[in-house]
Amino acid sequence: MKFWGYRRSGGGIGVRNHVLVFPTVICASTVAQMISREVPGTVYVTHPHGCGHLGEEKEHMIRAMAGFCGNPNVAGVLLVGLGCELLTPDLIAEELHKTGQRFEIISIQAEGGTTNTIARGKELTQKLLKEVASAKGELVDLSELILGTHCGGSDTLSGLTANPAVGVACDLLVAEGGTAMFSETVEMLGAEHILARRAANDEVRKRIWEITAATEANMKSAGFYVLGVEPSPGNIEGGLTTLEEKSLGAIRKGGTSAIMQVVKYAEKPSQKGLVIMDGPAHDVASDTGMIAAGAQVIVFTTGRGTPLGSPVAPVIKVSSNSTIYHRMKENIDINAGVILDGGESIQSVGERIFKEIIDVASGKLTRAEILGHNEFAVHPIGPTV
Amino acid sequence: MPPSAIVVDRKDNVATALRQLEQGDSIRVELGANVIDVTLSQTIPFGHKFALKDIEPGEPIIKYGEVIGLATRKIMKGEHTHIHNVEGLKGRGDKQ
Repeated sequence: MKFWGYRRSGGGIGVRNHVLVFPTVICASTVAQMISREVPGTVYVTHPHGCGHLGEEKEHMIRAMAGFCGNPNVAGVLLVGLGCELLTPDLIAEELHKTGQRFEIISIQAEGGTTNTIARGKELTQKLLKEVASAKGELVDLSELILGTHCGGSDTLSGLTANPAVGVACDLLVAEGGTAMFSETVEMLGAEHILARRAANDEVRKRIWEITAATEANMKSAGFYVLGVEPSPGNIEGGLTTLEEKSLGAIRKGGTSAIMQVVKYAEKPSQKGLVIMDGPAHDVASDTGMIAAGAQVIVFTTGRGTPLGSPVAPVIKVSSNSTIYHRMKENIDINAGVILDGGESIQSVGERIFKEIIDVASGKLTRAEILGHNEFAVHPIGPTV
Repeated sequence: MPPSAIVVDRKDNVATALRQLEQGDSIRVELGANVIDVTLSQTIPFGHKFALKDIEPGEPIIKYGEVIGLATRKIMKGEHTHIHNVEGLKGRGDKQ
């Protein structure tokens, strides 16, 4: 099966043709936003990062920012810096250069302040827009697609309707040679042995044990012992019997394929098929990490109703129940609650989600895109000073 | 008529109630291509599980096609399947 995408010089396939105005440091966030607002047709993010990152977190931030700016949905990027920050536009540009991403650079101190930077930034952004305008879509194979999945604002039904249905869609994508990714390492605790059994090889199996053990140790050092508190009394009252059951409800959104690779946060997979990203449960930071890892489309399941979207990648929202679908219809693309009250099977809803993924990849706008949702956050690993 | 219960995977030996089900209710669930009729021996609250077949002590409880725990006693078809007759291989919140 195929979808319409934009072939990039670096090899990836974009499902959007965005020009992104990206601040490499918080101090440039307002200016980046002002530049983007001056140039219709561009997108931007703001964020609190870019300075004070020490050691491993510095590399982690560079990988996340460069990965996000280098996502194939971004046809060109204007990197906006201040001048004295740790993560200068040059550092990010160095990474983008390796992947062949089109970029321009501007710094507020060098330009002589806010007004001059906006004026010059506007020129550079318009130049980028002209350069990317001629990009032509072509029919490409589904094996070129990386899908990120996440569940947020979960409820009792998330693990019974929305997550299994998204899992069906992931299985269909993997069967077509594509890549599906899931993250939220903390939600894998209790089901490590099940995931490990599904590992494609010993290296993947080892990595699954490593990331889950590290997350458990990390939580323990913060005073939380997950195996002692989960499933919570509220979970048990709701019908969840064991931690395995709770975790399986979350990881089912990745489907049932063999796990081909475990990547770091914001690390691009080198394998196709089902891939785990070692990432947070934080909705926006998880999505940002998967987009930085190359996901062109995200599917997001929600029980309580979550509006988030990304300026760079379309986010397809799947509700687990019909009540929230009807209450927040403008935010939700597909209602998996019909498995409960509409007589539709998990398989059938999963097939509809799969078709929606192909349509959205081919240009159909998601609710989050129509509403202009623009969330962005990098998962901090510290230390930051 | 909306379904009363759901089976996520064809390998499962439990179903999850999609609304409160009463003792004596006869529930029909789809298990892959097969259809199974179960008469409930107890009230099953929304979100809780019941057995689709007789399960022996020590036998795995399967949901999502995976082992979510082991039966701690014999569980009869149609019986509430929860913390009183299932033990996870990992920890549990209300127990050290």
